[in-house]
Amino acid sequence: MSGETKGGPIVGVDVGGTFTDLFLFDPAKGTFRTEKVPSNRGDEAVGFMSGLRKLGGPAGFEAIVHGTTVGTNALLERKGCKLGIITTAGFRDVLEMRRRDRRHTWGLWGDFLPVTERDMRLEVAERVLADGTIHTAVQAEEVAAVARELLARGAEACAIIFINSYANAANERAAAAAVRAIWPNPHVSVSSEILPEIREFERASTTALNAYLQPVVASYLGKLESALSEDGFGGRFHIVQSNGGIMSTATARSVPVRTALSGPAAGVIAAAAIAKAAGFENAITCDLGGTSFDVSLVSRGRMELAAQATIDFGLVIRSPMIEITTIGAGGGSIAHVDRGGLLQVGPESAGSRPGPVCYGQGNTRPTLTDANVVLGRINADRPIGGALARLDVEGAKAAIAEHVGNPLGLDAMQAAEAIVRLANAKMAGAIRLVSIERGHDPQKFVALPFGGGGALHVGALIKEVGLRAALVPRFPGVTSAIGCVIADVRHDQVRTLNLNLDGIDAAALDTRMVEEATAARAVVDGAGLPVTRTEIRFELDMHYAGQTHTVGVPIPVHVIDGTTGVSEAIIRTAFEAAYQTAFSRLLPGLPIRIVSLRTAAIGVRPDFDLKALAPPKDATVEGAARGVRQVWFDGAWHTAQVWSRLDLPEGALVHGPAILEQGDATVVVDPDLVARVDGYGNLIIERE
Amino acid sequence: MSLDAVTLAVLKGRLEQIADEMDATLYRSAFNPIIAEARDACHGLYQAETGATLVQGTKGLPIFVGAMSFAVQAVIKRVQAGAGLEPGDTFIFNDPYEGGTHLNDFRLVRPVFRSGKLFCWLASVGHWLDIGGNVPGNYNPRATESHQEGVRFPPVKLFRAGVIQQDILDILAANSRVPQSNWGDLNGQLNALDLGERRLLELLDDTGDDVVEAAFGALADRAAALMQAEVEALPDGHYAFEDYLDNDGVVDERLTIALDMTVQGGRMTLDFSRSSAACLGPINISYATSVAACYVALKHAFPDVPANAGVLRPIDFVIPDNSLLAVGPPRPVAGYTETILRLIGVIFGALGKAMPDRATAAPFGTINALSLSGQKQDGTRWVMFSFFGGGLGGNPETDGLHHANNPISTATIPPAEIMEAAYPVMFTQWALRPDSGGAGLHRGGVGAVYEIEALSPGTTEVALLGERGRYAPFGVTGGSEGALNRFTWQDGTGWQTPPMASKIVGVKLQKGQRLRLESPGGGGWGDPKQRAREDVARDLRLGFVTAEVAKREYGYEA
Repeated sequence: MSGETKGGPIVGVDVGGTFTDLFLFDPAKGTFRTEKVPSNRGDEAVGFMSGLRKLGGPAGFEAIVHGTTVGTNALLERKGCKLGIITTAGFRDVLEMRRRDRRHTWGLWGDFLPVTERDMRLEVAERVLADGTIHTAVQAEEVAAVARELLARGAEACAIIFINSYANAANERAAAAAVRAIWPNPHVSVSSEILPEIREFERASTTALNAYLQPVVASYLGKLESALSEDGFGGRFHIVQSNGGIMSTATARSVPVRTALSGPAAGVIAAAAIAKAAGFENAITCDLGGTSFDVSLVSRGRMELAAQATIDFGLVIRSPMIEITTIGAGGGSIAHVDRGGLLQVGPESAGSRPGPVCYGQGNTRPTLTDANVVLGRINADRPIGGALARLDVEGAKAAIAEHVGNPLGLDAMQAAEAIVRLANAKMAGAIRLVSIERGHDPQKFVALPFGGGGALHVGALIKEVGLRAALVPRFPGVTSAIGCVIADVRHDQVRTLNLNLDGIDAAALDTRMVEEATAARAVVDGAGLPVTRTEIRFELDMHYAGQTHTVGVPIPVHVIDGTTGVSEAIIRTAFEAAYQTAFSRLLPGLPIRIVSLRTAAIGVRPDFDLKALAPPKDATVEGAARGVRQVWFDGAWHTAQVWSRLDLPEGALVHGPAILEQGDATVVVDPDLVARVDGYGNLIIERE
Repeated sequence: MSLDAVTLAVLKGRLEQIADEMDATLYRSAFNPIIAEARDACHGLYQAETGATLVQGTKGLPIFVGAMSFAVQAVIKRVQAGAGLEPGDTFIFNDPYEGGTHLNDFRLVRPVFRSGKLFCWLASVGHWLDIGGNVPGNYNPRATESHQEGVRFPPVKLFRAGVIQQDILDILAANSRVPQSNWGDLNGQLNALDLGERRLLELLDDTGDDVVEAAFGALADRAAALMQAEVEALPDGHYAFEDYLDNDGVVDERLTIALDMTVQGGRMTLDFSRSSAACLGPINISYATSVAACYVALKHAFPDVPANAGVLRPIDFVIPDNSLLAVGPPRPVAGYTETILRLIGVIFGALGKAMPDRATAAPFGTINALSLSGQKQDGTRWVMFSFFGGGLGGNPETDGLHHANNPISTATIPPAEIMEAAYPVMFTQWALRPDSGGAGLHRGGVGAVYEIEALSPGTTEVALLGERGRYAPFGVTGGSEGALNRFTWQDGTGWQTPPMASKIVGVKLQKGQRLRLESPGGGGWGDPKQRAREDVARDLRLGFVTAEVAKREYGYEA
């Protein structure tokens, strides 16, 4: 199906907590449309369908690609299914014992609720040793009996997790067959299928969380699919994974755990594409929400993936995921002065309910948003989202004076500015963490805010960290939905190898790599979306013998005529380059080991011309002017020009101080910065 | 120079980020799992003249946060005594009497110069796997002198003016069973120092030396003010608490840690005078270690107070020389973890009396340092060494956490699969331990049962250094004790128990024989009879308590 296109519209749908954002691209006409409808928490299908209908669909759409938080929410709220686990005798508590960690470094309070309780975790006699030897063979009858017991106790899904199954999956496979023969639904997750990698807790957690989500995600997708077909949709329906690639709904049903960071991953994919089109290979995406500030790095056009993520204390998913660094500084973060006299912003948050003081919903402690309102940066008469008529500036000002100004001996305006400065510093810290701390030169990066709030702070961030510029996409609020439309198809696999590099049997490794590549490619091909080509990427997790952490080593080989041509020398060179980059000191003479093989198949989607987002040709600077407003910068009121952002033409230059407003975002241009509209409708903010 | 509140808050974040980044660099590049997985390491910035802690990483091992300043002070003394100091020097040492903790903890201390003048110190500490001595891994429960525990390095220069001293490296390598592992860890620590130095110099260039120096002072003042506020919130009075160690592993007598905490006029005195005298076995601690342990306890009780020297300003210490809590050389100290865990518990106990509404019951209180070792087929030695988890105490907010790490640590436990892949052992049980959490309105978290079968064709030698075999983790405000620690093993005749409760060396397992370690849970908080009946029923259904205990402790019958 490579290269095949039907030409019907492709629609990206990102369902967030408050809004469902849609982006329709019509490849035949080269045009797009956006739509925003309220989300319906608990029944996300409602917003999803109403958005599609507003776009005139879904009948006639060629494809719908969906970024979803249904899985994440089910994990955070512990609203997955009633899960049964079958495990090795002696190990039923692995999931609850975790890695013997605790919630916080300091302070010993707090407990942990696993996704399934102890009486739903049953053991069978079976044992595989670390070298793959079967110590005790599994008995199918015993497994079936235990599975029946779990069903009797109400299990809706089953996870099978045996010790050392990464080394030999025979017992697990036999048990899986026995369970699947009697299990009344397809919700059976097997650890050697989900994550054939050493470390029992991480494998158990990933597998259990997967099974926990299977019924929830399957029922959600089923609901969407039937609603789509009722409305006459005959195209393809796909889901964005946490790795930034998309997958078929069939794959999503079997590995729903891969949807945990679906929405944010789509946003970063779009950000990477937008930055690249605008001429920036390197970007740091910033998403300022109500309670947190999330950043991700795009380096040379690629997003960074982390090997695992912790969704909540004790809930670990090990699967390649977009690497998101989160700090507790969002619009709702509460500012206060601690008993040592130090100003703090966050991590405590007023969230969106009751929300900032200026929302007038009962919170009396000032937040970052309150500071932005008091400083005139946010338009109090035209709140974003449209749910409130206006914001209570005086209430916000009084709260800031009382809780921050008085204790620090500042007036309300100075205090509000202090709150914004400290929040900026915290956000800058997060950006430093993903850039400078990883050895990247900030001058080569642009900050790219998406979501509604980031553009308020992005100017200050480029100054604080020394970034090259900020790039505000034309539609910050629908970035994730755009990402759905342009994301590649992707499938990741991992396999533990445990090999010495010295004297490695390269032919055997080559065979293994070709097998993995073939299997991964089959999943991508099976997704059925048009792709221009399918790339295979290999990475080895390696270290010096004796280390426990590994370095990800990209191996620069390709499968050509059934072989990768991999050799000991190729791997060694790649390892030393990767290790040197990570730690600066090589340790010559020590033996090198290969722990795991990671294989990614990437079906590259046809290019999407972002020029479609360019401003209308007849736009004029004069037509975009919206007068002036008083905005507080650097200790004084300034007269800032106000612009209707979407009405500015290509090439328009806006000198700070200025405020650019649009439906779902406010952009602040500081006095010493200048913003320019590029050919894609982006706003590029730089130093004067 | 005085700084405005915002600049100060911003600099605080930048400085902490430097220390955090040093921590992360070492975790990722360390060789031995005690650093890489268990994060038994720490980094920070220290004051030029006094060695006082300026900034420390937020993820570093809690006990080092208090101890590192003593390590830097030891180097300062050495410099003043004639060692001299020039840019490019880096000191290395592991002397526990000066630097606190025990011999495995190697400290690297490096000066940072600005315009030819010492600006501050950077330091790194990490737990190395083995540094000689009688027992692999150095937890020798029978040691009566430091010399039996391992090799001791006073502060010496590893680098002189930027040149590494090969003779020091050679001496280090000759004094370990696993020199490659130590060399790897040393390199990891040097990576961390290089990075910290680079980051700090960048910050100084960005911000100005005087601004950063002013921030150091102001941050300590703020920390002192915060701690002061916490102390002032306590009612004035005298709060006594004591707890016991089973024995020192050599003489089978209990040891007392007794605290008289006095809160008076905004100052807190921690007086340990009624504690036992120094002991023969290896559970003594040095003065530096005692102060560091007090710091850990206070920081857990008041988590918002930042990690710098200012915290200790409102606190006075009375710790008599040559007591169990302030020994000098050559008293053995390898088992220092057990003593500080008890000391921390005692502070929790006394604070619980001072502020019953915030009382926390005792955590499980032993690290259970277990080593298994033997010969491989090729004659080389294998050593498996790990610490094990237990339950945390019930508290006003929640039940205690099951299977957690100790308050002195943020260590994660190595996975069973990693240990089985590396050593000839098979875990036959890795489970939560019923009835081990102290009963209470909020129950203590339960401990664990680890059962290990020897797979080696030859003999597997076992040593354990643990505690709480005779004195259980206490409950507070009416809660009950957690279960005792229990260690047993099989020989040809059946299951055996150690004569000294939880300390033993020389146990020999043959292939197919097992050992079993059952760790304590935490103490309970509040009257068990008041625990919600559905919570007791749930504990019963899930097997965290048995029917007998439900009836006896909770007055519950199904």
